[in-house]
Amino acid sequence: MTPVLELKDVALRHRGSAANTVEDVSLAVEAGHSLALVGESGAGKTTLLRLLLGLSRPTAGAVRFDGAELSPGDRAQMRRFRRSVQCVFQDPYSSLDPRRRVAAVVAEPLRSLGIDTRAGAAPKVAAALERVGLPADAADRYPHEFSGGQRQRIAIARATVCGPRVLLADEPVSALDVTTRVKVVDLLAELQREQGLTLVMVSHDLSVVASLCERTAVLERGRIVEQGDTAQVLGEPAHPYTRRLIESVPRLPV
Amino acid sequence: MTLLDVRGLTVRTGDGRTLVDDLSFSVASGERLGLIGESGSGKSLTTLAVLGLLPDGMSATGSVELAGTQIVGAREKQLTAVRGRDAAVVFQEPLTALDPLMRVGRQVAEPLGRRTGLKGAALREAVGEALAQVRLPEPERIARAYPHEISGGQRQRVALALALACAPRLLIADEPTTALDVSVQAEMLDLIDALVREREMAVLFVSHDLAVVARVTDRALVLKDGRAVEEGTVHDLVRAPRAPYTRDLVASARTLESALDLRSPR
Repeated sequence: MTPVLELKDVALRHRGSAANTVEDVSLAVEAGHSLALVGESGAGKTTLLRLLLGLSRPTAGAVRFDGAELSPGDRAQMRRFRRSVQCVFQDPYSSLDPRRRVAAVVAEPLRSLGIDTRAGAAPKVAAALERVGLPADAADRYPHEFSGGQRQRIAIARATVCGPRVLLADEPVSALDVTTRVKVVDLLAELQREQGLTLVMVSHDLSVVASLCERTAVLERGRIVEQGDTAQVLGEPAHPYTRRLIESVPRLPV
Repeated sequence: MTLLDVRGLTVRTGDGRTLVDDLSFSVASGERLGLIGESGSGKSLTTLAVLGLLPDGMSATGSVELAGTQIVGAREKQLTAVRGRDAAVVFQEPLTALDPLMRVGRQVAEPLGRRTGLKGAALREAVGEALAQVRLPEPERIARAYPHEISGGQRQRVALALALACAPRLLIADEPTTALDVSVQAEMLDLIDALVREREMAVLFVSHDLAVVARVTDRALVLKDGRAVEEGTVHDLVRAPRAPYTRDLVASARTLESALDLRSPR
């Protein structure tokens, strides 16, 4: 089966930088499956996510979408790509436009991808808000009227409103309190299960990774040091860096 | 001996909303207390009130006695004498806590020089020692660096060195590891634990993360919507939470943790 998204021997060097930010990275995610990119700040997680989103071009290697190389110049392909691959960011306080009502925020992908007009979007927006567990009257309110967890639900509604196949999530719950975190993790799990959504998640929170992703790739200084089934990677880590990450997770006293 | 005694602390905004409601707790010399709560629970405001640092427009009533000084209603001059010497604070985000335009060494030298009266080469040496104490590698290089030139974990160590420079009797740590990576966080918690033990300092440790609080303190107070809902040893809070909110908090933490356990047969 062709993976939906694939990085093949990818390297990226920022302009003016002496070394590659990421190097020799190969990973693939198949439709309906989930992959986590794990590592500490500066490991290159977000750089890989930018590559997967088509926001940066690799210096070497290829980014493939449905088996075809992603070329930002090919507008037809990019339109298909943007319809299929959507993103949720870490900080729900800065990722929503504070001056627009939730209805307009959530309808944005429909409008910018030319899928629907403002009027045609309304039922889809309502359905998306319902799917993420927000009340219908949320549409008429502004982002500041919502808590952090609710804002992240709005961001997820926006990302899923156009019916994408893949959701890329950059630390989707690390800005949230622990009780809220559990609820948003549950929501993402439900979307995976019920919509068959493919999930690629960047996180340094191993318990969230273990809750949501079937496969895990561990990044250290721009290279993948270990990848495989999450149970394998986190249960029986082969690389010392992975072991160190797991041992560092603070635990409740028994 | 009671070092910090908070009685009926209430913090209100200018328009009359109550953000911290009739809060009472105390910390003895050398004791460690955790304040646990989620965003909006009033835990950070409580730490600010303890130092008389509430933002403009907010007012505190009740009593906060820090090493015998009444903080509520105190004049700025009295507060200046208390801050740093009796209690010093490490904030969550080291990038905003440090002055971006000043080399790290000078920032540490300021409180250190004021306390010890050292100058010149002797002060420079003391700064090097202060940075070495928080286990910073190459203290001379770090001292010459600007905050943006060092990593997040290193910045938080500098912030800790700054707080310790005045040899406070109470260290207030407000989510000191939330902005850090997990392995850096583990190192930082061990460091705080070791330094505080050496100096027999008292700690008020604020966090939303029960597991993190458990690493540093034995006793904790759970806050919700500005009120204390439960107080006890961390052990009891985790094992037999009484308040529904604490139960909720523990259950959420357990749920996330169990995901890790199912898959790791340790």
